[in-house]
Amino acid sequence: MSHHHPIVAPDKQPEDQQPQWRKDFPIEVAQDDYVARRDFTKFLVLISGGFVTGQVWIGMQNWLRARRGQPPVFRITSLDELAVAGTVTFKYPGPHDDCILVRPTADTLLAYGQKCTHLACPVIPDYEDKCFHCPAHHGVFEMSSGRAIAGPPRRPLSKITLQIRGGDVYATGVELSTV
Amino acid sequence: MSRMPVNNLTGMARTRRPLTRPQRMTMVYGILCIVLMLVVLQLWLLTATMNAFLGGDSAVIWPAGGASAVCLLLNLGLLRYLYAIEHSTPEQ
Repeated sequence: MSHHHPIVAPDKQPEDQQPQWRKDFPIEVAQDDYVARRDFTKFLVLISGGFVTGQVWIGMQNWLRARRGQPPVFRITSLDELAVAGTVTFKYPGPHDDCILVRPTADTLLAYGQKCTHLACPVIPDYEDKCFHCPAHHGVFEMSSGRAIAGPPRRPLSKITLQIRGGDVYATGVELSTV
Repeated sequence: MSRMPVNNLTGMARTRRPLTRPQRMTMVYGILCIVLMLVVLQLWLLTATMNAFLGGDSAVIWPAGGASAVCLLLNLGLLRYLYAIEHSTPEQ
Protein backbone atom coordinates (compact mmCIF):
# COMPACT_ATOMS: atom_id res chain seq x y z
CA MET A 1 0.00 0.00 0.00
CA SER A 2 1.35 3.37 -0.94
CA HIS A 3 -0.72 5.42 1.52
CA HIS A 4 0.82 5.99 4.89
CA HIS A 5 -1.34 6.49 7.96
CA PRO A 6 -0.04 6.95 11.48
CA ILE A 7 -0.60 3.85 13.52
CA VAL A 8 -2.76 4.34 16.57
CA ALA A 9 -1.39 2.34 19.50
CA PRO A 10 -3.77 0.38 21.74
CA ASP A 11 -3.17 2.87 24.60
CA LYS A 12 -3.99 5.79 22.20
CA GLN A 13 -0.79 7.59 23.15
CA PRO A 14 1.23 9.40 20.45
CA GLU A 15 4.02 7.56 18.71
CA ASP A 16 6.89 9.32 20.51
CA GLN A 17 5.52 8.16 23.89
CA GLN A 18 5.41 4.52 22.87
CA PRO A 19 7.95 1.99 24.15
CA GLN A 20 10.90 1.20 21.93
CA TRP A 21 9.68 -2.28 21.02
CA ARG A 22 6.45 -0.83 19.58
CA LYS A 23 8.41 1.74 17.59
CA ASP A 24 10.62 -1.06 16.24
CA PHE A 25 7.68 -3.26 15.26
CA PRO A 26 4.78 -0.95 14.49
CA ILE A 27 2.40 -3.70 13.38
CA GLU A 28 -1.25 -2.88 13.21
CA VAL A 29 -3.17 -5.99 14.19
CA ALA A 30 -6.20 -5.34 11.97
CA GLN A 31 -4.01 -4.72 8.92
CA ASP A 32 -1.95 -7.78 9.75
CA ASP A 33 -5.14 -9.89 9.92
CA TYR A 34 -6.28 -8.54 6.58
CA VAL A 35 -2.96 -9.29 4.86
CA ALA A 36 -2.81 -12.78 6.43
CA ARG A 37 -6.25 -13.71 5.06
CA ARG A 38 -5.51 -12.19 1.66
CA ASP A 39 -2.25 -14.13 1.42
CA PHE A 40 -3.97 -17.33 2.55
CA THR A 41 -6.49 -16.83 -0.27
CA LYS A 42 -3.57 -16.36 -2.67
CA PHE A 43 -1.98 -19.57 -1.39
CA LEU A 44 -5.25 -21.46 -1.88
CA VAL A 45 -5.39 -20.27 -5.49
CA LEU A 46 -1.86 -21.67 -5.92
CA ILE A 47 -3.08 -25.00 -4.51
CA SER A 48 -6.01 -24.80 -6.92
CA GLY A 49 -3.53 -24.49 -9.80
CA GLY A 50 -1.66 -27.49 -8.43
CA PHE A 51 -4.84 -29.56 -8.52
CA VAL A 52 -5.46 -28.65 -12.15
CA THR A 53 -1.85 -29.65 -12.94
CA GLY A 54 -2.57 -33.00 -11.27
CA GLN A 55 -5.68 -33.46 -13.39
CA VAL A 56 -3.69 -32.74 -16.56
CA TRP A 57 -1.00 -35.19 -15.45
CA ILE A 58 -3.63 -37.93 -14.98
CA GLY A 59 -5.00 -37.11 -18.44
CA MET A 60 -1.52 -37.42 -19.96
CA GLN A 61 -0.89 -40.72 -18.20
CA ASN A 62 -4.23 -42.01 -19.47
CA TRP A 63 -3.32 -40.96 -23.00
CA LEU A 64 0.04 -42.75 -22.76
CA ARG A 65 -1.65 -45.87 -21.39
CA ALA A 66 -4.19 -45.89 -24.23
CA ARG A 67 -1.35 -45.45 -26.73
CA ARG A 68 0.51 -48.47 -25.37
CA GLY A 69 -2.54 -50.66 -26.00
CA GLN A 70 -2.85 -54.23 -24.74
CA PRO A 71 0.39 -55.77 -23.47
CA PRO A 72 1.97 -58.67 -25.34
CA VAL A 73 1.32 -62.30 -24.44
CA PHE A 74 3.80 -63.52 -21.84
CA ARG A 75 4.62 -67.08 -20.75
CA ILE A 76 4.49 -67.33 -16.96
CA THR A 77 5.25 -70.95 -16.18
CA SER A 78 4.26 -74.49 -17.08
CA LEU A 79 1.30 -76.17 -15.38
CA ASP A 80 3.56 -78.92 -14.05
CA GLU A 81 5.63 -76.40 -12.10
CA LEU A 82 2.61 -75.01 -10.29
CA ALA A 83 1.18 -77.36 -7.67
CA VAL A 84 -2.27 -76.96 -6.13
CA ALA A 85 -2.03 -74.24 -3.43
CA GLY A 86 1.22 -73.18 -5.03
CA THR A 87 2.22 -69.67 -6.06
CA VAL A 88 4.27 -68.16 -8.86
CA THR A 89 5.21 -64.50 -8.96
CA PHE A 90 6.04 -62.74 -12.21
CA LYS A 91 6.33 -59.25 -13.71
CA TYR A 92 3.63 -58.22 -16.17
CA PRO A 93 3.22 -56.16 -18.28
CA GLY A 94 6.19 -54.02 -17.23
CA PRO A 95 9.32 -54.91 -15.24
CA HIS A 96 7.92 -53.11 -12.17
CA ASP A 97 4.44 -54.64 -12.26
CA ASP A 98 4.55 -57.50 -9.76
CA CYS A 99 1.91 -60.16 -10.31
CA ILE A 100 0.95 -63.38 -8.62
CA LEU A 101 -0.40 -66.62 -10.10
CA VAL A 102 -2.28 -68.94 -7.76
CA ARG A 103 -3.84 -72.37 -8.13
CA PRO A 104 -6.52 -72.83 -5.45
CA THR A 105 -7.76 -76.09 -7.02
CA ALA A 106 -6.38 -78.37 -9.70
CA ASP A 107 -8.76 -76.85 -12.29
CA THR A 108 -8.53 -73.21 -11.27
CA LEU A 109 -5.80 -70.76 -12.18
CA LEU A 110 -6.01 -67.13 -11.15
CA ALA A 111 -3.55 -64.27 -11.58
CA TYR A 112 -3.65 -60.76 -10.15
CA GLY A 113 -1.45 -57.76 -9.79
CA GLN A 114 0.31 -58.25 -6.47
CA LYS A 115 0.19 -54.60 -5.42
CA CYS A 116 -2.48 -53.84 -2.87
CA THR A 117 -4.77 -51.11 -4.22
CA HIS A 118 -4.39 -49.18 -0.97
CA LEU A 119 -0.68 -48.32 -0.89
CA ALA A 120 0.89 -50.82 -3.34
CA CYS A 121 2.25 -53.21 -0.68
CA PRO A 122 2.49 -56.84 -1.93
CA VAL A 123 -0.44 -59.12 -1.10
CA ILE A 124 0.01 -62.71 0.08
CA PRO A 125 -2.34 -65.59 -0.83
CA ASP A 126 -4.18 -67.28 2.00
CA TYR A 127 -5.54 -70.58 0.69
CA GLU A 128 -7.25 -71.44 3.95
CA ASP A 129 -9.50 -68.37 3.86
CA LYS A 130 -9.51 -68.18 0.04
CA CYS A 131 -8.27 -64.61 0.00
CA PHE A 132 -5.25 -62.40 -0.48
CA HIS A 133 -4.03 -60.64 2.60
CA CYS A 134 -2.04 -57.43 2.72
CA PRO A 135 0.10 -57.56 5.88
CA ALA A 136 0.88 -53.83 5.81
CA HIS A 137 -2.59 -52.47 6.63
CA HIS A 138 -4.67 -55.66 6.78
CA GLY A 139 -6.46 -55.30 3.48
CA VAL A 140 -8.21 -58.46 2.32
CA PHE A 141 -9.15 -59.41 -1.26
CA GLU A 142 -11.37 -62.27 -2.34
CA MET A 143 -9.27 -64.89 -4.15
CA SER A 144 -11.89 -65.84 -6.73
CA SER A 145 -12.52 -62.29 -7.98
CA GLY A 146 -9.84 -60.00 -6.54
CA ARG A 147 -12.56 -57.86 -4.95
CA ALA A 148 -11.60 -55.88 -1.85
CA ILE A 149 -13.58 -57.30 1.07
CA ALA A 150 -11.92 -55.82 4.15
CA GLY A 151 -9.49 -53.16 5.29
CA PRO A 152 -8.57 -49.86 3.66
CA PRO A 153 -8.45 -50.84 -0.06
CA ARG A 154 -11.54 -50.00 -2.12
CA ARG A 155 -10.58 -51.09 -5.62
CA PRO A 156 -10.07 -54.75 -6.59
CA LEU A 157 -6.68 -56.16 -7.54
CA SER A 158 -5.90 -55.82 -11.24
CA LYS A 159 -6.82 -59.11 -12.91
CA ILE A 160 -4.41 -60.79 -15.31
CA THR A 161 -6.20 -62.72 -18.03
CA LEU A 162 -4.71 -66.17 -18.63
CA GLN A 163 -4.51 -68.75 -21.37
CA ILE A 164 -3.23 -72.31 -21.22
CA ARG A 165 -1.49 -73.51 -24.35
CA GLY A 166 0.29 -76.82 -24.55
CA GLY A 167 0.73 -77.17 -20.81
CA ASP A 168 2.06 -73.62 -20.36
CA VAL A 169 0.31 -70.73 -18.65
CA TYR A 170 0.35 -67.40 -20.50
CA ALA A 171 -0.65 -63.90 -19.39
CA THR A 172 -2.63 -62.20 -22.16
CA GLY A 173 -3.77 -58.91 -20.68
CA VAL A 174 -4.65 -56.78 -17.67
CA GLU A 175 -8.19 -55.97 -16.59
CA LEU A 176 -8.66 -52.96 -14.30
CA SER A 177 -11.82 -52.17 -12.41
CA THR A 178 -13.01 -49.55 -9.95
CA VAL A 179 -15.41 -51.86 -8.09
CA MET B 1 -21.17 12.09 -23.05
CA SER B 2 -20.87 10.16 -19.82
CA ARG B 3 -23.53 10.50 -17.12
CA MET B 4 -22.97 10.32 -13.41
CA PRO B 5 -24.94 7.54 -11.70
CA VAL B 6 -27.92 9.04 -9.83
CA ASN B 7 -29.46 7.82 -6.61
CA ASN B 8 -33.11 6.98 -7.33
CA LEU B 9 -34.34 8.12 -3.91
CA THR B 10 -32.57 11.44 -3.49
CA GLY B 11 -31.93 12.32 -7.11
CA MET B 12 -28.39 13.29 -6.08
CA ALA B 13 -25.31 12.20 -7.92
CA ARG B 14 -23.96 9.03 -6.36
CA THR B 15 -20.29 9.08 -5.58
CA ARG B 16 -18.33 5.96 -4.88
CA ARG B 17 -17.06 5.98 -1.34
CA PRO B 18 -13.86 4.12 -0.65
CA LEU B 19 -14.31 0.88 1.23
CA THR B 20 -13.40 0.89 4.88
CA ARG B 21 -11.11 -1.78 6.28
CA PRO B 22 -13.94 -3.65 8.06
CA GLN B 23 -15.77 -3.75 4.72
CA ARG B 24 -12.69 -5.06 2.97
CA MET B 25 -12.18 -7.57 5.78
CA THR B 26 -15.73 -8.88 5.26
CA MET B 27 -15.09 -9.17 1.55
CA VAL B 28 -11.81 -11.01 2.01
CA TYR B 29 -13.54 -13.46 4.37
CA GLY B 30 -16.32 -14.04 1.82
CA ILE B 31 -13.85 -14.58 -1.02
CA LEU B 32 -11.72 -16.83 1.20
CA CYS B 33 -14.76 -19.02 1.99
CA ILE B 34 -15.71 -19.38 -1.69
CA VAL B 35 -12.10 -20.15 -2.72
CA LEU B 36 -11.82 -22.70 0.09
CA MET B 37 -15.00 -24.48 -1.05
CA LEU B 38 -13.79 -24.54 -4.64
CA VAL B 39 -10.41 -25.96 -3.58
CA VAL B 40 -12.12 -28.70 -1.54
CA LEU B 41 -14.24 -29.50 -4.60
CA GLN B 42 -11.06 -29.71 -6.69
CA LEU B 43 -9.45 -32.03 -4.14
CA TRP B 44 -12.47 -34.32 -4.35
CA LEU B 45 -12.33 -34.20 -8.17
CA LEU B 46 -8.63 -35.09 -8.15
CA THR B 47 -9.03 -38.08 -5.81
CA ALA B 48 -12.09 -39.36 -7.70
CA THR B 49 -10.27 -38.98 -11.03
CA MET B 50 -7.19 -40.76 -9.73
CA ASN B 51 -9.37 -43.61 -8.44
CA ALA B 52 -11.10 -43.86 -11.82
CA PHE B 53 -7.77 -43.78 -13.70
CA LEU B 54 -6.25 -46.51 -11.53
CA GLY B 55 -9.43 -48.54 -11.98
CA GLY B 56 -9.12 -48.27 -15.77
CA ASP B 57 -12.07 -45.92 -16.22
CA SER B 58 -10.99 -43.14 -18.54
CA ALA B 59 -14.43 -41.63 -19.29
CA VAL B 60 -14.39 -39.16 -16.39
CA ILE B 61 -10.79 -37.93 -16.67
CA TRP B 62 -11.15 -35.01 -19.09
CA PRO B 63 -14.59 -33.82 -17.89
CA ALA B 64 -13.26 -33.77 -14.32
CA GLY B 65 -10.15 -31.95 -15.53
CA GLY B 66 -12.36 -29.36 -17.24
CA ALA B 67 -14.43 -28.87 -14.08
CA SER B 68 -11.25 -28.41 -12.05
CA ALA B 69 -9.96 -25.85 -14.58
CA VAL B 70 -13.26 -23.92 -14.29
CA CYS B 71 -12.78 -23.86 -10.51
CA LEU B 72 -9.26 -22.49 -11.01
CA LEU B 73 -10.56 -19.76 -13.32
CA LEU B 74 -13.18 -18.80 -10.74
CA ASN B 75 -10.49 -18.69 -8.06
CA LEU B 76 -8.23 -16.54 -10.22
CA GLY B 77 -11.14 -14.18 -10.92
CA LEU B 78 -11.90 -13.87 -7.21
CA LEU B 79 -8.23 -13.23 -6.40
CA ARG B 80 -8.07 -10.59 -9.12
CA TYR B 81 -11.18 -8.96 -7.67
CA LEU B 82 -9.61 -9.03 -4.21
CA TYR B 83 -6.52 -7.21 -5.45
CA ALA B 84 -8.67 -4.82 -7.49
CA ILE B 85 -10.67 -3.66 -4.46
CA GLU B 86 -7.46 -3.33 -2.49
CA HIS B 87 -5.80 -1.12 -5.09
CA SER B 88 -8.89 0.99 -5.64
CA THR B 89 -9.28 1.94 -1.98
CA PRO B 90 -6.82 3.79 0.21
CA GLU B 91 -5.57 2.20 3.37
CA GLN B 92 -7.94 2.90 6.27
